[in-house]
Amino acid sequence: MNDILVFVQKAIAQSVPLLYGANGEILTQKSGNLNLGVPGMMYMGGIAGLMGAFYYERAAAVPSPVAGMLIALLCALLASGLGALIYSLLTITLRADQNVTGLALTTFGMGFGNFFGGSLSQLAGGVGQISTAVTASAFRAKIPWLCDLPVVGSVLFSHGFLTYFALISAVLLNAFLYHTRKGLSLRSVGENPATADAAGVNVTLSKYLATVVGGMFAGLGGLFFVMEYTGGTWVNNGFGDRGWLAIALVIFARWRPLNAVWGSVLFGGLYILYLYIHGLDRSMQEIFKALPYLVTLAVLVLTSLRKKREDQPPAGLGRPYFREER
Amino acid sequence: MSAVKEPLLHILKRDGIHPARALMIRLAAVLASLVVCAVVIVLITGLNPLEVYAGIWDGAVGTNRRMWVTFRDAAILLCIGLAVTPAFRMRFWNIGAEGQTLAGAMAAAAVMIYLRDAPAWAVYALCPLAGVAAGMLWGLLPAVCKARWNTNETLFTLMLNYVATQVVSFGIVYWENPKGSNHVGLINSSGRQGWLPDLAGNGYLLPILIVLTLTALLYIYMNFTKQGYEIAVVGESENTARYAGIRVSRVIVRTMALSGAMAGVAGYLLTCGVGHTISTSLVGGRGFTAIVVAWLAKLNPLAMTLVAFLLVFMQKGANQIATQFGLNENASEILTGIILFFVLGCEFFIRYRVAVRRRGEGVK
Repeated sequence: MNDILVFVQKAIAQSVPLLYGANGEILTQKSGNLNLGVPGMMYMGGIAGLMGAFYYERAAAVPSPVAGMLIALLCALLASGLGALIYSLLTITLRADQNVTGLALTTFGMGFGNFFGGSLSQLAGGVGQISTAVTASAFRAKIPWLCDLPVVGSVLFSHGFLTYFALISAVLLNAFLYHTRKGLSLRSVGENPATADAAGVNVTLSKYLATVVGGMFAGLGGLFFVMEYTGGTWVNNGFGDRGWLAIALVIFARWRPLNAVWGSVLFGGLYILYLYIHGLDRSMQEIFKALPYLVTLAVLVLTSLRKKREDQPPAGLGRPYFREER
Repeated sequence: MSAVKEPLLHILKRDGIHPARALMIRLAAVLASLVVCAVVIVLITGLNPLEVYAGIWDGAVGTNRRMWVTFRDAAILLCIGLAVTPAFRMRFWNIGAEGQTLAGAMAAAAVMIYLRDAPAWAVYALCPLAGVAAGMLWGLLPAVCKARWNTNETLFTLMLNYVATQVVSFGIVYWENPKGSNHVGLINSSGRQGWLPDLAGNGYLLPILIVLTLTALLYIYMNFTKQGYEIAVVGESENTARYAGIRVSRVIVRTMALSGAMAGVAGYLLTCGVGHTISTSLVGGRGFTAIVVAWLAKLNPLAMTLVAFLLVFMQKGANQIATQFGLNENASEILTGIILFFVLGCEFFIRYRVAVRRRGEGVK
C-alpha cells in the first residue's frame, strides 16, 4: 500500500515536465507548427533559470527565496522563448522546413544547456556542486496544512507550486483553445491558414504567439526539473529524453490539454514503473523503460485506424504558409 | 494618392535563380554564421576567435590520423544521410534513421558475438546481411502503417528511435563484458571475427569506399531509374501518382525498406568498421544530423558528400578547441546550431526576393 502511494507521488513528480512540454507543444501544433525543438527549449529554460538563481545567490548577501524564484522564472521564460522565437523566425517568416529547423533547435538547445551547465559546474567546483538551495526551497515549498493530511497529503499536496500551475495551465489552455473565439481562430490557422487568413485572422501573428508561448511552457518544464525535481543543481544530460516523451504525449492526448493531464501521470508512472515492480531483472527493466513509447505507438496506430476526425493532427501541421502561393 | 496602403517590404517568389547566385547566397550565410559564432565565442569565453578557428582546422585535419578520422566519420554521416534521402524525396518524414541505424548495428553485433566460432567467411557475410535486415525491419514498420492506415510517420519513426535504444540496452545486459559494467567493450578483439579488414594497411579506407559506392548507386537510382522516378512523383503529389497508375502504397513500403536498409548499412559499418562494439550512444545523434545533411544538400547525394564533410569538420574542430582552450565539449553543438540556423534561413532568399516599396509608386 505504502509502495503504491510513493509510486503515485513519484509519478506525479515525473509528469510535470511532460505536461508542460506537451501543453506548449499542443498550443504550438494547433497553430500548424510542428516544433521538434521541445527538448532543446526545455534544456534552455532549465539552465537559464539555474544560472539566474546561481548568480543571484552568489551576489546577494542574504538571498531571498522569493526573489531567487522570480529571477529563475524570468530567465527560464526568456531563454526558452528566445529558442522558440528563432524557430518561429526561421519557419514562419523565412519558411524553412519545420522538421529540420526543430531538430537544429534541439541540437542547439541541448548544447546550450550542457555547455553552460558544464561551465557553471566548473565555476562551482565540480560536477553536481552547483547549489541554489535557497531558490530551490521556494520551488519545493509544499502547501501548508494540506500536506500534513494522512495519505492524500503526501500524494497530492506535497508538490511545489509549478506542479499545480501545470494543472491550472492545462485547464486554462483547454478553455482557451476550445471555448473562446481567439482559440477558435488559432485552431483555424492550424487547420487551414488560407481560410483563416480570408476570415481576417492574422495568421503570422497567431503562429508567432502560439509558438513562442508554447516554447515558454517547455522552458517551465525544464525549470521544474532543475529546481524542484533535482533541488537546484545540474547534471549534463540529466534531463534525459523527457522532451521527446512530451511530444509523444501530444499524440497520446490527441491534442487535448485535459487528456494530457492524466496522460502525463500515466507516462510519468510508466517512466519509473520498472523501479516499483519487484523481481524484474535488469534486462526486463530495459524493456519496461520502452513502455511509454510503445503505448504512444499503439495510440498512434489506433487513432489512424479509427479515423475519427476530432482525433487527427491539425490539417495544416508542418506546412509553411505563404499567402501568394496556392 | 492611393487609398490602399502598400507594405514597406514585399515578398516575391523567384521564377528561377542562377546556380552561381544561389551558391553566393549560401556562402554568405555560412560566412555570416561564422561571424556570429565568433561574436558568441568572444562574449562567453573572451578568446580570440581567429585562434579558435585555427584550432578547429587543426583539430579536423591537423594530422594525418585526424584527417582520416574526419573523412571516415563524414562517410558514416553521409551514409545515414543517403538513407533518409529516398524517403524524404517521397515526402515521407523518416526521422527514425537513428533507430534504424541502431537496429542495424545491434544485429551486426549479435552476429559477431553468437557466430564467433563460425567460419570467417560466414561471419563476414552475415554481419552486413543482419544489419541490413534489421534496419529494413525498423523502416518497414512505419511504412506499412502509413501505407495501410495513413499513420503519421514523423511521430511513428521518432518513437521507434527510443524503442531501438531500449532494445539495445536489453542486449547489453546479456553481452556486457566484464559482467556488471553495462558496457560491451570491444567485440572479438582477439580474433577480429567480422571486423572490416584494413585496405592497403589503412583501417579507414574500406568504410569510406563502401559509402562512396553507395552514394553513386543512390544517385543513379534516384535520377535514372523507373523506381526513382516513381518516388519523385509520389513526393510531388500522391493523387497524380495514383492517376498515372503508380501503386502509392507499394512505393511507400519499397522506398522505406530501402531507406531502412541503408541505415542498416551505416549501423553495420559503425559496429564492424568503426567502434567494434555496441552501445546506446553508438549512433550518437547522427540519425538526426543526417536529416539536416540531406536537407541542406537538397536531397542530392553528390552535394551531400560536401555537406557531411563540412559538418563533421566543424564537430571535430570544436572538440579540439574544447580541449585546447579548456572549453566544454558541448560548445560544438552550440556552434553547429548557429550555423544550421543561418543555412536553413538563407534558403528563403534563394526561393524568394524581397522588394522594398519605392517612394511615389502607386498600386496598379
